Amino acid sequence: CAECCAAANTQGILQEIMKWNGWGYSDSRFLFNKKGQAEFTGKRYRLSGMILPSLKDWFEGTFGASLQHKSPATVSAIYIYFFNAVQPPTLNEAFVEDLKSVGIPFSHDAEDRVFRAHGHCLHEIFALREGKVGRVPDLVVWPNCHNDVVKIVELACKHSVCLIPYGGGTSVSSALECPPEETRSIVSLDTSQMNRILWIDEKNLTAHVEAGIIGQDLERLLNENGYCTGHEPDSMEFSSLGGWVATRASGMKKNIYGNIEDLVVHIKMVTPRGVIEKSCLGPRMSTGPDIHHFIMGSEGTLGVVTEVTMKIRPMPEYQKYGSVVFPNFEQGVACLREVARQRCAPASIRLMDNEQFQFGHALKPQVSSIFTSFLDGLKKFYITKFKGFDPHHLCVATLLFEGNREKVLQHEKQVYDIAAKFGGLAAGEDNGQRGYMLTFVIAYLRDLGMDYYVIGESFETSVPWDRVLDICRNVKERIIRECKERGVQFPPLSTCRVTQTYDAGACVYFYFAFNYRGLSDPVHVYERVEHAAREEILANGGSLSHHHGVGKLRKEWMRETLSNVGMGMLKSVKDYVDPNNIFGNRNLL
Amino acid sequence: MAAKPPYSHRDPMLKKRDDFEDILEERRNSSDLRYALKCYTPVVYKGVTPNAASLLKTTVLQSDQLHYVVDQLSKETGVAADVIQEEASAILEEMAHRQQLSTVRFFAFTLSKAFKALFRSIHVNEEGIQRLQQAIQEHPVVLLPSHRSYMDFLLMSYILYTYDLVLPVIAAGMDFMGMKFVGEMLRMSGAFFIRRSFGGDKLYWTVFSEYVKTMLRNGMAPVEFFLEGTRSRTSKSLTPKLGLLNIVMDPFFKGEVFDVSLVPVSISYERILEETLYARELLGVPKPKESTSGLFKARKVLSEDYGSIHVYFGQPVSVRSLAQGKVNRCHFNLMPRHIPRRPSDETQCFVNDSAYSLVRAQEENMVLKPWVLLASLLLQNQSQGLLLDELTEQAVWLRGLSREYGAFLNWPDHMAPSEVVSSSLSLHRDLVKISGGRVQLALGGQGPRQPCSSPITEEELMNQAVVVLSCTSYRNQALHVFLRPALLASAIHIATSAKKEEVYNSFSFLRNMLSNEFILCPGATLQDFEEACYLLGKTGALQMSQQEMQVTDSGQKTVNFLTAMLDPFLQGYQVVCRYLCEEATEALTEKQFIPAIRTFIVRLILAGSLRYYELLSSDLQKNALAALLRLGAIRKIKVADNVTLKVNRLMVNSLEDTLGGKLPTQKAVAARL
Repeated sequence: CAECCAAANTQGILQEIMKWNGWGYSDSRFLFNKKGQAEFTGKRYRLSGMILPSLKDWFEGTFGASLQHKSPATVSAIYIYFFNAVQPPTLNEAFVEDLKSVGIPFSHDAEDRVFRAHGHCLHEIFALREGKVGRVPDLVVWPNCHNDVVKIVELACKHSVCLIPYGGGTSVSSALECPPEETRSIVSLDTSQMNRILWIDEKNLTAHVEAGIIGQDLERLLNENGYCTGHEPDSMEFSSLGGWVATRASGMKKNIYGNIEDLVVHIKMVTPRGVIEKSCLGPRMSTGPDIHHFIMGSEGTLGVVTEVTMKIRPMPEYQKYGSVVFPNFEQGVACLREVARQRCAPASIRLMDNEQFQFGHALKPQVSSIFTSFLDGLKKFYITKFKGFDPHHLCVATLLFEGNREKVLQHEKQVYDIAAKFGGLAAGEDNGQRGYMLTFVIAYLRDLGMDYYVIGESFETSVPWDRVLDICRNVKERIIRECKERGVQFPPLSTCRVTQTYDAGACVYFYFAFNYRGLSDPVHVYERVEHAAREEILANGGSLSHHHGVGKLRKEWMRETLSNVGMGMLKSVKDYVDPNNIFGNRNLL
Repeated sequence: MAAKPPYSHRDPMLKKRDDFEDILEERRNSSDLRYALKCYTPVVYKGVTPNAASLLKTTVLQSDQLHYVVDQLSKETGVAADVIQEEASAILEEMAHRQQLSTVRFFAFTLSKAFKALFRSIHVNEEGIQRLQQAIQEHPVVLLPSHRSYMDFLLMSYILYTYDLVLPVIAAGMDFMGMKFVGEMLRMSGAFFIRRSFGGDKLYWTVFSEYVKTMLRNGMAPVEFFLEGTRSRTSKSLTPKLGLLNIVMDPFFKGEVFDVSLVPVSISYERILEETLYARELLGVPKPKESTSGLFKARKVLSEDYGSIHVYFGQPVSVRSLAQGKVNRCHFNLMPRHIPRRPSDETQCFVNDSAYSLVRAQEENMVLKPWVLLASLLLQNQSQGLLLDELTEQAVWLRGLSREYGAFLNWPDHMAPSEVVSSSLSLHRDLVKISGGRVQLALGGQGPRQPCSSPITEEELMNQAVVVLSCTSYRNQALHVFLRPALLASAIHIATSAKKEEVYNSFSFLRNMLSNEFILCPGATLQDFEEACYLLGKTGALQMSQQEMQVTDSGQKTVNFLTAMLDPFLQGYQVVCRYLCEEATEALTEKQFIPAIRTFIVRLILAGSLRYYELLSSDLQKNALAALLRLGAIRKIKVADNVTLKVNRLMVNSLEDTLGGKLPTQKAVAARL
């Protein structure tokens, strides 16, 4: 079917400019140049094209890694052969015939299939780099609109094939992995062609959008009209609206705009039972349990989200970054708690611990003038010598204010005043901005690490305020201890940050990475450590997930998380909506 | 830092133990003053909170936990919150330590002098010290020494000071505070004082537990307390008290610290300072005059030779590893952690098991001197005593046996056995007499077997009993080594047949009966049985088939020795049962019990129908009572201000008969139901 493959290739635009075995755009990556200096290639980011002089020392010092010891992806150059090795698709011929007759583009090209067989968990990327691939979808389909999806789901039911919805592919919960035990033909339903804004309602400040749209496109298109959604998860360059709904996503600026559940007004989802949607756009309803909450977080187990009506806001007039240095993490957390108590959190407020602060420092680009470096030296002197902050304990909060200029400045003062009570010192806009940029490039850094025997991952939780410090300390320590016990030769990087504040608690993000030289099965070690870390989180009163979702990675803890009855409720919904398990990715339950 | 499984069934002979160093040796060769004034810069916990020491009291008084309880009490009683808060503050004042380096240095100096006068040597395992130092840096540490003497905690602090380790903060009983000056001195050396009983006092409990937990969370100093709760007057380990252990584990359960290291410490004295004091106390005889004016003032004490001390710092036990899979820490997820809650059954059970295994860890590393073996042998041969050669020969035999059973025996192998025996005897010459080559307990005149020859008075009896009880306190040091095989030997003895099942039933019965007396962890009957079978089998004393267990001819000696070791206890429990059946009236109160049973036993001994003087020990009597209460053979009934004991005669009777081997175990079990 040469013609359909050709059609398919024109579809996946992102696929062509993205890495197939790493994070993000193909043109953007970290590397150590011939001089041993780190640089970031491409032109897309603020950091692009820059030299990062201190990264090498930090990298070698932190992980005990060496530029001499490389572990490049084994199949990068010869991936064509690799794709030839992918097992041939199990096609449901009747389904394919019917698909052809309704004119929906599809492909069973190995590259298309492999591209949609994974998210970005460490084990998934590691396997790809090693050229290992498990069960992959047998077919990829590209519906163009809601009605296409209705047809595909009908055909899937008719011919008994398994559907796995695919949005931006940024999952970190093994949600996209094909269940190996699945015997039916697996069809990946790629929503990327459903990427239009259908209408904007300026009177009610809502927009009706197709669910396949990618975050950055949505924001750009709305911006052209003077609006924004304000929903900015760290993955927004690649993740899709439908994916946000399906995983209960959270955005960096939720303090102003809310999380996804606060943003959606109306959802349309195609299920094997038909289409589910509400009858009106009322801003709130008392009509029994909110059916949106069956959809949000359903992780592709019930159907495909096709269209979403969501709130929009006029673009902010003024934005300002900021940062505060605290003498230690405890003071920083106390400050965030106070900010939350007074409900005056800026659009975003994040607190990095000392390890992450040092990490951020290592990503400082080469300074252009002697003056800037002199200024940097002076700042450092002021903070460590004059103010007596211990460079091995201090930590930094990054801030982002948004709104009208006057109010932003007022707000800024309020926050800095609170910070001062906890020993915080304003540390400039630049540090703040760099902190947020780090968010977007950190995933690229993981690929760099993997070139030099370093593997790592991040995971998150939410926890009541009084347990934030305890959970941070215990989980970090647990990671270090588990690594040691499992034979990791060098102490791992084990760091955390508080990324969101709520009235009753906070979202905490952990990063951990280690040098795996000398380990025979690094991924297994990594998985055991992550498992232990999650147990520690749960034992310390943290949640199973704040916004990454459960997927298959965290399924084992669902029962204790929800209680038996809770699980039964979810199961019965699944049984009613999808009795034949057409949406068979086996996430969640 | 993997925790040792509480009951390891591996060969006890393979136990690896560290070597000792004598810390007094340097004291004898260099200036005590310089030592007391040395530069003291201990390493501290890596997570120590700055200014923790100075902020300690404020932290406690401002804690959420205390505020919550103060508010609650205020609501319940109508007393203003600030009045209760004042009360809390006063409690804390009364309790808190005021550790000062100058006082510590004063003690370092005076104790050096005193120790050198009293003891030949103080041996410490330096590897244990190194492990401790490591542990102190990594996690909050709890030191758990055994408790045999007033000396214990001064000795502990002295050793830690010597090795430049952070000085512990020690939980001490309030009775110390009675001695005005001494109390304050101890407080300044790091002791804090807790009331002996404060069961229902919520405020006191909260202040106390917050005080201890704050010290742990801040990691300022190791917390030290005695699991046994009080000094063991008998040298047997006491069944552990759980209160403080619960408190120190709580910060881990609640996630406030990553881990807590528990370090069991075994302190063994070759001669206990309080030797006769304890014996008199157990007999209810008034203390001799000279010792009331204080321990150290007594010239006599200082001029005596108390041999050597061995202090063994055990492997630190991680609470986290211990609790792995046993305690669900999510228990605290749904409630603020500062609201007081009863620990869950699961937690209580865990704390209890841990406490027992920690006491066993203390026991395991107790150093036994040859005299302990001699005392055991002499007690079994009270009537005639033993010829010196005989004693030596038997001691050598027992040395082998105890080593097979994993005893930590400090027997100087480079010396001839006869020399070892005679030097041991000379150190304990108050307790033995040698006449005509025959070694006997120094009972003054006749042995207890010939009461008819010339009837002795009650006073003479008590004086003899002092010697016997002093002697048993040494034998008791070795009890933990022989306990399980001895239980099995006795079980075989009282069982109606050699069937394994029958023997197990008897074993289980005896073990249950004696579990207030010895360290026998609840729920570990099968492990203990297997351990006992293994040990007896290993030494060839027992032959086991699928169904039967038979004592071998060569094993008869071992089995006789073991049975004889346990016999006084079994006799004692039977006598208590007999008293309760035959003599006790309806109106017997708890308070009257000890004097009454003592009179009963004295009568029996004087009449010649009872031969064990050690039955006069109030410790044994109390334990027997506790066991009968636990088994439900006696019930406590509150009448006005008194607690009377209601005896189930049928049950007590059948327990007595089963102990005596007159009734098969099955029936006793049935009687309980």
